[in-house]
Amino acid sequence: MMLNRRATEMAVFTLFRGCALLVVLALVVLLGYIVSGGLERLSVEFLTAMPRRANTEGGIFPAIVGTFYLMLIVLSISVPIGVMSAIYMVEYEQNSLMGKVFKLAVYNLAGVPSIVYGLLGLGIFVAFLGFGFSLISAGLTLSIMTLPLMISSAREAIAAVPSTVREASYALGATKWQTIWHHVLPYALPGIFTGMILSVSRAAGETAPLMLTGVAMSLQRLPDSFFDSFMALPYHVFYMATQSSDLLATRPIQYATALVLLLLVLGMNLFAIVLRKRYRDRYRW
Amino acid sequence: MRKNRHLPPREKAIQLALTVATWSSVLALAAVFGELLLGALPALSSISIIDFFTGTVWNPSHPIYPLYGILPLFVGTMMVSFGAALIAIPVGLGCSIWLAELAGPRVKAIFKPAIEILAGIPSVIFGFFALVILSEWIAVVFEPVTKLNALNGAIMLAVMMIPIMVTVAEDAMNAVPMSLREASLALGATRWETVRHVVIPASLSGVVAAVVLAFGRAVGETMTVLMATGNATALHFDILRSVQTMTAAIAIDFGEVEFGSEHYHVLFLVGLVLFVMTFLINFLADWVTRRFKEDY
Repeated sequence: MMLNRRATEMAVFTLFRGCALLVVLALVVLLGYIVSGGLERLSVEFLTAMPRRANTEGGIFPAIVGTFYLMLIVLSISVPIGVMSAIYMVEYEQNSLMGKVFKLAVYNLAGVPSIVYGLLGLGIFVAFLGFGFSLISAGLTLSIMTLPLMISSAREAIAAVPSTVREASYALGATKWQTIWHHVLPYALPGIFTGMILSVSRAAGETAPLMLTGVAMSLQRLPDSFFDSFMALPYHVFYMATQSSDLLATRPIQYATALVLLLLVLGMNLFAIVLRKRYRDRYRW
Repeated sequence: MRKNRHLPPREKAIQLALTVATWSSVLALAAVFGELLLGALPALSSISIIDFFTGTVWNPSHPIYPLYGILPLFVGTMMVSFGAALIAIPVGLGCSIWLAELAGPRVKAIFKPAIEILAGIPSVIFGFFALVILSEWIAVVFEPVTKLNALNGAIMLAVMMIPIMVTVAEDAMNAVPMSLREASLALGATRWETVRHVVIPASLSGVVAAVVLAFGRAVGETMTVLMATGNATALHFDILRSVQTMTAAIAIDFGEVEFGSEHYHVLFLVGLVLFVMTFLINFLADWVTRRFKEDY
C-alpha cells in the first residue's frame, strides 16, 4: 500500500516537472525561431535605413523611431500620474471608502482589452479632441492603457516601506509630505523604477490600439510633429506578415523586425528584473 | 475634511495634486464605458438589438444587406478562449504546484524570470509565431480544414495564459502556512497527498481566481488571434476551421470602415459587449478571491 502511494506521488510529481519543462521549452522554441530567423536579415543598414519599394527593401528606421516616440509619451504621462496616484492611494487613502473605489477602478482598468483602449483613443483623442490619426493620439491611448500597471507596481513599492520609517520621521516633527518625499520615496524608488520600465516596455509591444489611432503602413520619413502619422515596430511585424505584397519574399524582413521588437522589449524586461533583484537584496526590513 | 484644517498650504496643495492624479483612473474607466456607449448608441437606432445578439451571420461589408449578427464572433472568441483554457489549466496548475511545493531555490531562480520573460513577450510576436511556425505543425499533425484555425489560436493563447495563471496561483499556494503542510505530513500523508488534500483546498480561491483572470485575458487578446485564426466569419463549432473573434473583427474592420457609418457604430457595440464580458469576468475573479479567501 505504502509503495503504491509513493509510486503515485512519483508519477504525479514527474508530471508537474514535465509541465514546468514544457513551459520553458515553449519559451526556448519561440525565442529560438525568432532569433535564428531574424539574424539573417539584421544589419546596421536594416536598423538605420528608410523602407523602400513598399517595405520590401531597405530598413525599418521610421518604425524604430516611432516606437521610441510612443515610449517617450508614455513615460512622460503615465509615469508621473501613476506614481502620484500610488502615493495618494498608499499614504492618504489606505483604508477609506475612496481608497477602495480607486483600487477597484485600477483593477478594472487593468482588465480592459487593449483593442477597447483603441476604441477609446479613436473616439476621444482622434475624433472628439481632434488630434486626428497621429502620434499623440496613439501615445495618449497607450498611456491610459499602461496606467494601471504603473500604479500597481508603484503602489507595491511604496507600501513595502515599513511604517516604522514613517513614524520615526513624524516623531522628529516632519510633515506628511516631508516624510513621503525624504523618507518613503527614496526607499521605494527602485521598485517604482522597475514598474516604469515594465510599463514602457508593455507600451512598446502593444499593437491593437495603434491600429485604431493612426499607425502608418509605410513612411519614407520620420514624424515631424506629434500630430503626424507614424510607423511602429509591432504594427510593422503584423503588417508585413499579413498584408505586404509578397508574404514569402519578405519573410526575412518580418523575422528581423520581430527580432528587433523582441530585443527591445525583453532587454527592458531583463533590466527591470535584474534591477529589482539587486535592490531587493539590498534592503531587508 | 477636518483633518486638513491645520495643514500648511504647501501640504494642502500637494494633497490636492495627488487627489487629482488619482481621480484620473476613475475618470479613465468612466471614459472607456461612456465612449463605448456613445459610439454604440447610434447603431441601435438602425439595427435591432435582438438581431444583433441572435444573428448567425456577420457580413458587415455587404453593399445592400449588411448583416450584423454577433454570434459567429462570440462563438469564435469562446472556442479559442475555452480551447486555450483547456490546455493552460492543467499545464499551468502543474507548473504552479511544482513552483510552490517542489522546486528548489536554484531552479526557482531560473524558472521565475523565464515566466516573467514569457509574460513580457508582445502579443504580436506570439501571433507571428502562430502564423508562420505553429500553423505548419498543426497542418502536419491534425490535417485541418483551413491552415489558420481556432486550434492554432487556442494553443498560442494557452502559452500566453500560463504566465498569468502561474504567477497568481503560485502566490496563493505560497500563502498557505507551512504549519498546515507539516501537520499533514506528520499524520503520515505523502507530499502529493498533502498538496492534494491540504494545499489545493486551502488555496482554492486564489487558484480559481488565477484561472478566471487568465481566461479574461484570453477573451480580450487581439493580435494573437487576429494573426492565428484566419478570420473567416462563418458560424460553426469545428476547432480545426477558421474563426474570427470579437477583438479581431474590431481590429480588422476598422481598416476599411467609413467614419460614422452604421458599421462603425456596430463595431463600438461589439466593443461594448467585449468590455462588459471582460468586466464581468474580472469581477468574478475578484469576487472569488474575496468570498472564499481563507485568512491564516
